[in-house]
Amino acid sequence: MQDAFHLLAAVLLPYAGALIACLLPARARTIAWLAGGTALLTLLMVLLGYADITAGQIPRVALPWAPELGLSFTLRMDGFAATFALMASGIGFLVVLYSRYYMSPDDPIPRFFAFLLAFMGSMMGLVLSANLIQLVFFWELTSLFSFLLIGYWQNLAAARDGARMALTVTAGGGLALFAGVLVLGHIVGSYELDDVLAAGHVIRAHPLYLPALILILLGALTKSAQFPFHFWLPHAMSAPTPVSAYLHSATLVKAGIFLMARLWPVLAGTDAWFWILCPAGLITLVVGAYVAIFQHDMKALLAYSTISHLGLITLLLSLNSDLAMVAAVFHTINHATFKASLFMAAGIIDHETSTRDIRRLSGLNQSMPFTARLALVAAAAMAGVPLLNGFISKEMFFTEALTAATTPTLLHSILPVAAALASILAVTYSLRFIHGAFFGPETDDLPKTPHEPPQFMRVPVEILVFACMVVGILPSATVGPVLDLAARSILGEATPDYSLAVWHGFNLPLVMSLIALAGGVVLYRLLYRHLNAGIDGTPLLERLDGRRAFDQVMVFISWRFARALERLVATDRLQMQLRLLVCIAFLAATLALLPHGLAPGGVELTRPDPVVALLWVVGGACAIAAAYQAKYHRLAALVMLGGAGLATCLTFVWFSAPDLALTQLLVEIVTTVLMLLGLRWMPKRMESASSGHILARLRRGRDLVIAAAAGLGLAAISYATMTRVSPDGISRQFLERAYTEGGGTNVVNVILVDFRGFDTMGEITVLGIVALTVYALLRRFRPAAESVGMPEQQQGEARDWLLVPAVTMRLLFPVIIAVSLYLLLRGHDQPGGGFVAGLMLAIGVLLQYMAGGTRWVEDRLRVLPLRWMGFGLLLAAGTGAAAVAFGKPFLTSYFAYADLGPLGRLPLASAVIFDLGVFALVFGATVLMLIALAHQSVRRPRPAPPPLVTARPEPAVAGEN
Amino acid sequence: MELILALAIGILGGSGVWLLMRPRTFQLIIGLSLLSYAVNLFIFSMGRFPVGAAPILEAGGKGDPAHFADPLPQSLVLTAIVIGFATTALFLVVMLAARGLTGGDHVDGRPPR
Repeated sequence: MQDAFHLLAAVLLPYAGALIACLLPARARTIAWLAGGTALLTLLMVLLGYADITAGQIPRVALPWAPELGLSFTLRMDGFAATFALMASGIGFLVVLYSRYYMSPDDPIPRFFAFLLAFMGSMMGLVLSANLIQLVFFWELTSLFSFLLIGYWQNLAAARDGARMALTVTAGGGLALFAGVLVLGHIVGSYELDDVLAAGHVIRAHPLYLPALILILLGALTKSAQFPFHFWLPHAMSAPTPVSAYLHSATLVKAGIFLMARLWPVLAGTDAWFWILCPAGLITLVVGAYVAIFQHDMKALLAYSTISHLGLITLLLSLNSDLAMVAAVFHTINHATFKASLFMAAGIIDHETSTRDIRRLSGLNQSMPFTARLALVAAAAMAGVPLLNGFISKEMFFTEALTAATTPTLLHSILPVAAALASILAVTYSLRFIHGAFFGPETDDLPKTPHEPPQFMRVPVEILVFACMVVGILPSATVGPVLDLAARSILGEATPDYSLAVWHGFNLPLVMSLIALAGGVVLYRLLYRHLNAGIDGTPLLERLDGRRAFDQVMVFISWRFARALERLVATDRLQMQLRLLVCIAFLAATLALLPHGLAPGGVELTRPDPVVALLWVVGGACAIAAAYQAKYHRLAALVMLGGAGLATCLTFVWFSAPDLALTQLLVEIVTTVLMLLGLRWMPKRMESASSGHILARLRRGRDLVIAAAAGLGLAAISYATMTRVSPDGISRQFLERAYTEGGGTNVVNVILVDFRGFDTMGEITVLGIVALTVYALLRRFRPAAESVGMPEQQQGEARDWLLVPAVTMRLLFPVIIAVSLYLLLRGHDQPGGGFVAGLMLAIGVLLQYMAGGTRWVEDRLRVLPLRWMGFGLLLAAGTGAAAVAFGKPFLTSYFAYADLGPLGRLPLASAVIFDLGVFALVFGATVLMLIALAHQSVRRPRPAPPPLVTARPEPAVAGEN
Repeated sequence: MELILALAIGILGGSGVWLLMRPRTFQLIIGLSLLSYAVNLFIFSMGRFPVGAAPILEAGGKGDPAHFADPLPQSLVLTAIVIGFATTALFLVVMLAARGLTGGDHVDGRPPR
């Protein structure tokens, strides 16, 4: 069948409206029109889908998302989803209309409508999702947007706290749901709802059924505010009333119900289902109704009543009976209509009198008679008075409770009693809501003089109350077809016969209803004095404070537990972290090697050369000496480091790597100079007595063992690798193609500038970034106070000591430039290249700085390193881009040899131009770093402010050396 | 020869690791340099130990792998040397800035407890 794009529109329209609402200039009226129009259009789309369903189809639309992972964005609407979509979009439209009059122009209206619409879109996505993961995604979106809506008045602490609590509980439940859905998908092998719904037997028989059930129900029960997760809902009442009317009647809290009913065919029918859900629903039903009676805030009363009704629906779902399932869906619809209208009525009262306290309100029947009648009818529906919709679903509930009581367990057998008790309590709180606010003597002790609201503010309430009455009087003609479609799409062929008639004869459920009505009136009479005394809190249940428990849990998890865990396993000491890192790396390598061992391979060994052996005796000694001296004798350590570097460099020479040796040598020089420039700013350090302390010795001993182990491991791995034949890799390709396809005889250079040119491109970019970072860091450099003075070497006659070297260095400058250019030009064929040439030229400049001093050089020679760097990078990138202009991939090179007659042949590979870019950048970057460091001695630095941390005087810092 | 190089790598690496675990920034920078020598040598040694066989071809022909040193580890190490230089320079400057701002040269930015 065709893709049902109206479903896609039903989900996307609200989001689009939300986006536009944020972007429009803040004109309250326009935005309300926009929001209303969007909601109406969404409703229209849902109705289109509903028309498809009545025509016997199941409209669906699928957009591939990550098909190889079994993920696609699929929407599907059956009768059950249509019921929820109708409620979400229909009541959503009414709420938008109502908000237009409720919201004060001083509030940020665009934000309100944007959040409301986005929430509506998430709700539509949730109910229409045909994929479980997608469902969870929208589920979390509803949590997120409800958080934003509840916290809409962000200047109120109560709103912020309520929003945070709602988010923590519902989104936390959402995570559990996600886990549960993953388990479910694992059991079924698919996340598509159709596949899951067809696999009920497999799921219920699977060993993972119970974990999946618990996780999914955790999500549903938190969302639907079931005991013991009910406490967030009353605190969410700090939201604007239209939000409460929307979230707590038709949408957010019903999402949990939706999920349980949606998965009812595959998850229900087991004892586990009953024993988890029934106690939760039962306690919520009774306790919620009981607590509601003692609320003085009209919205709080409605909030607890909502909790109680959700408990009722959960209880119906838990009974594993098809008829109860139908009753649950029916009551969901009924509750949405009367609860939305009651919230709106409470909002009207709040809007017109500026208070919602039942103790202060009285006699509003006189000043707002129309609203009073509407509220009266809605409250009667809530109490289950005959000829209203609440009565019919409550009758069904009684019937189901009585049927269930035939099962011989204690929990089953108390169900009728509990149902009757809860109904008595419901009548009592409904009476309190109406009698407290509208009847009694008229009072003038109100913040505002009450009068009827604007006409259109009442229209949504009128529509909803009208629905309550029509459904109550003519159930099968009105809600009958919708309910039938919804029930059939869940139960399929097993849909039982049920009767939606008002009159079923004089039977036990009717008696229970009458008892409930009479008992509720009597109870209200009995409690009247207590309620009017204005005492806060619920008798017998003062200790039941979900909020305090929640706060304690939060403090424990996010503070005490986190701190304890941090103390136990974490450290902010870098030394310890590095030590751990080394140890873990060592362990990981050991573990990886355990199954194979580290025996040397069978390759014939190369004959050892005494020169290399001697070289590494010196090199190794240098390395150990550097390690030994680095703390107290930095200069010595630096020299030793250079020794080890030279040994490395000579090794490269020895084993046929002239390019490496050249680069290593020059890098060595530049690094040493950089460090020498930096040493001047380090604190002086003398050996002190504390280093001989026993603990310090122990620590060093441990580190020595770790280091020795690491060194031995490295040596063993190296030896084992070197004595094995390496597989024939891609090296042969490089050797064979370097000249024929790269046009150069120096294979290493051809690899760098041609075969792996992109790599080099990235590398010089990194070098450029590092140079800029160094430059930026040093511009703000503030040395420590004790390093500001001129070092003794620079005082007095020191400058003259360098006279002879200075002259030599100056004379060498042109020679170095020539050598550098030579290295650059021959790089493609002989050892050399851009890196080496750039470093060489930088060293030439560096020597001038050393010989003449910064000021002397800069009076005569201005190197503009930033321009060099920019030029180099542009040239390198431009060479690559030029290949694109010729229709070749980025950085493809071209080469030819120009015959210059007696002067020989000049290689003209485009890679040489690339190398020129490398040269310019390396030169620029190196000089930039050197100059930035060198300038620190020239400018008159301001010392850093005293350190932020209160440093004790370090024992190791001593006076002049 | 293999043994000599393996021991060299071990000594360089061990000294580097030892310095890595020291408390002063300068020790760290020396240690990282030593460690990078060790790693570079390790990669380099994958090309075995040919003497007098630099990968410089005769003009106009294909190179035979039997006669030339492996160019791939060499170019990898060349890249590594340059990047190592960049990181050393960066670390040096961070070390100087930290020294100025915290007043000391302890890795944690404050004297040991």
